[in-house]
Amino acid sequence: MSVVDTVLRSRALAALTSPHGVDRYLELVNPMWAAHEVRARIVDVTREVDVPGHPPVATLTLQPTATWRGHRAGQHVQVGVEVEGARRTTRVFTISSSDSRPGERFTITLRANPGGVVSRWLVEQASPGTMLHLSQAQGEFVLPDRVPEHVLMISGGSGITPVMSMLRSLQRRTHRGRITFLHYAQSPAHLIFAAELDEVRRSGHGVDVHLLHPEHGDPNLSPAYLERLVPGYRDVPTWACGPTPLMEAVLASYDGSDALRTEWFRPPRVSTGASGGEVVFARSGRTVPNSGAPLLEQAEAAGLTPASGCRMGICFSCVSRKTEGTVRDVVSGEESSLPDEDVRICVSAPVGDCTVDL
Amino acid sequence: MKTNRTTLTAEQLEEFGDELDAIRQRVLADLGEADASYIRDVVRAQRAFEVAGRALFYLPPAWPLAVAALSVSKILDNMEIGHNVMHGQYDWMGDPGLNSRMYEWDNVCPSEQWKNSHNYLHHTYTNILGKDRDIGYGVLRMDEDQPWHPYYLGNPVYAFLLMVFFEWGVAMHDLEVENIVAGRRKVSENAALHAGIMRKVKRQALKDYVLFPALTGPLFPLTLAGNATANLVRNVWAFNIIFCGHFPAGVATFSAEECEDETRGHWYYRQLLGSANITGSRLFHVLTGNLSHQIEHHLFPDLPARRYPEIATEVREICDRYGLPYNTGSLGRQLGSVAKKICRLALPDRRDRSRTAAPVVAEPAAA
Repeated sequence: MSVVDTVLRSRALAALTSPHGVDRYLELVNPMWAAHEVRARIVDVTREVDVPGHPPVATLTLQPTATWRGHRAGQHVQVGVEVEGARRTTRVFTISSSDSRPGERFTITLRANPGGVVSRWLVEQASPGTMLHLSQAQGEFVLPDRVPEHVLMISGGSGITPVMSMLRSLQRRTHRGRITFLHYAQSPAHLIFAAELDEVRRSGHGVDVHLLHPEHGDPNLSPAYLERLVPGYRDVPTWACGPTPLMEAVLASYDGSDALRTEWFRPPRVSTGASGGEVVFARSGRTVPNSGAPLLEQAEAAGLTPASGCRMGICFSCVSRKTEGTVRDVVSGEESSLPDEDVRICVSAPVGDCTVDL
Repeated sequence: MKTNRTTLTAEQLEEFGDELDAIRQRVLADLGEADASYIRDVVRAQRAFEVAGRALFYLPPAWPLAVAALSVSKILDNMEIGHNVMHGQYDWMGDPGLNSRMYEWDNVCPSEQWKNSHNYLHHTYTNILGKDRDIGYGVLRMDEDQPWHPYYLGNPVYAFLLMVFFEWGVAMHDLEVENIVAGRRKVSENAALHAGIMRKVKRQALKDYVLFPALTGPLFPLTLAGNATANLVRNVWAFNIIFCGHFPAGVATFSAEECEDETRGHWYYRQLLGSANITGSRLFHVLTGNLSHQIEHHLFPDLPARRYPEIATEVREICDRYGLPYNTGSLGRQLGSVAKKICRLALPDRRDRSRTAAPVVAEPAAA
C-alpha cells in the first residue's frame, strides 16, 4: 500500500471528513480516486457474439480504482450502473479475464438479457469512459491454490465466463496438468471466445477443447458421453456453470460426487397473482402463505416485529431488502420485480412468491 | 390554535385527498435525471463551500469569508441535503451516498434518532397536541391548548436559547427531558439514545473544535471561533425557518381524538392546516432546503424538495376551490407572527376561551 493509500485510509482523515467520509470528497475531484469504495472506468467494449435475432454478447474491459483487491478466476462482481434517469441498478456479472492483482484491469463478459436493464445497457449503450460502481470480487467457485493434475470444465452458453477465466489463469500460470474443456453452445455462431478457444485447441499444451452444438446434432450431456470423454469422470475435479437444463444434467451425471463444483444462475421466480404463493422471511427463516397484504402486516402476523413507523409509506422507518419476487406499491399500484431492492414494507404487498430479508 | 377551521364533508375530504394523490403520482412518475443532477449539484456546491471555508481560515483577513462559506456549507448540508435525503426523497436513485438509511448529516443529532422523531412522529402526527413533540419541543408553550404554568413566563428566553443551541436541542429532543422531570419517563430509557448522541457529539466536536483548529497551528483560536460561529449561524437559520413552518398565526393544531382513524384526505387536510410557507427568491428557497414550502413538504414529505415550488401553484389552486386557508407570507411577516406568539403565550390566556372547536367533518346538510 502506498503512502497515499495509507493517508487516505487513516483515522485522522476519516475524522476530518466525518460524517460523510473521504470518498464523498474524492469522487467529486476525480471519480477514479477512492479510499474505500470500488469503482471502475470502462476502457473497452468488444462485441463477442452478435447473431441477428439473438441477444448480443460483449466483453467490457474495466480499469478499477486502486481499491480493487483483485480476483480469483471464477469469481463474480456486483456492477452498479445508472440507467433510466439516474437510477442506480446493481447486478452480478462473472469476471472473464484471468486472476487479477489489486488495481489491475479485468474483463466481464455478458449477454444482453432481453429483460435485463443492466446487461442490456452495458452491452448496447455503455461506451469507454463510463464509470461503474463495483463490489469487491465475490464467490467460492474458484480453483484451489494447488491445481489438481486433471481438471474438467463444463459450461453452457454464457456460463463459459467463469471457466474461461480459470482456463486463462491456468494458461498464464503455465499449468502442466491436463484440462478437459467441454462447452455447449446453440451454434458455432453463438460461441463466445471462439477464436481464442480455437487457438487453445490447436496449440495443444494438454488442453482438450470440446465444443458441442446439440441443436446441430452433437450429443447432449449424459453419463455415457462423459464416461467416453473422461473415463472415471466422477472422480475428476470438475467445475460446471451453465443454464438450468445443462446443470440438471450435470448434477444427475455426477450423482452427488464431491469432485463436482457448480455455479448456477437461477432464473427469477415468476409471480402467480396478487395473493397466493409464499412469503419467505429469510433472516428469521419463516415462510408463510402470501395473503396479499403489505409485507409489514404479513411479517407481524407471522410473529415478527420489524421496525416500522407511519405505516403509510412516508417515513421510511420500515425499509427492508426484498431479495426476490414482485411487490406492488399499495399507494401507487406500481409493481416492481427487481432483485435486491429496498422497499417500504408497510406499503409493499407481495404479488406471488416473495423473499424479504426480515 | 384552532382557528381557520374550515369544514369539509367526508366526500369533499376524500376528493381533496384524491386530487393531492394525483399530484403525488404525477411527480413520482416524472422523477429522473433532472432531480438526480440537481441534488448532485447541491452536494458539489456544499462540498466546495466546505473546503473553501476550511481553507480560508489559513488567511486571517479572510476570516469572515471563511465563516460565511462554512455556514452556507452547513446550512446546505443540514437542510437541502440532509433533511431531504433522510426523508427518503432520493432513495429511488439507488445511490448509497444519498440514501435515507445511510446518510449522516453534519449535526450533533444522530440521523437514526432524527428520522424517528422527525420523519415518523412529527410527520405522521403533525400538530396533534400531545403526540407531535415538535410543538414547542417540550420546552416552549406554542399553543393555547398547552395549559399555562408560571414556568412559561420564560417562553421568550427559552426560545432564544433553543435558537442559539438548536442542533443540541434537536439532538436532545428524543431524550424527552421534560417527561423525565415530570416523572413520566425513566432516565434508564435513554441509555441507548445517550450512546448514539455521545458518539455523534464526539465526532462533531473533534472535527470542528480540535482537528481543524489544530491544523491551522497558531491560528487555532480563530479557527475554533470561526467553526463555532458557523455552527451558530446554521442553528439560528434552521431554527427560524423551522419555526416559521408550523407556528405563525393561523396554523391549526389538532386533538388526538379528532385524528383517530383519520382518512388519507383528513391527513392531507391536517398537514395543510398545520403548516405555513415563506415567500422568497429561488436562492432563499434552496437555503431553506425548500422548507419555505412547508405545506408542500408536509403533504408530500418523500418527494424531492426541488419539486415543491412547481407543486405549490397547484396546491394553492386546489385549496382555493375547497375554500381552505393556505398560510404563506414573507420571512419578516412569519417571523414577526411567531415572535408575537412566543411572547403572548408566555402569559396566561387573557380571556376564557371556549374550547369547543368546530367539528372537522361537517354533517351533510340534509342529515
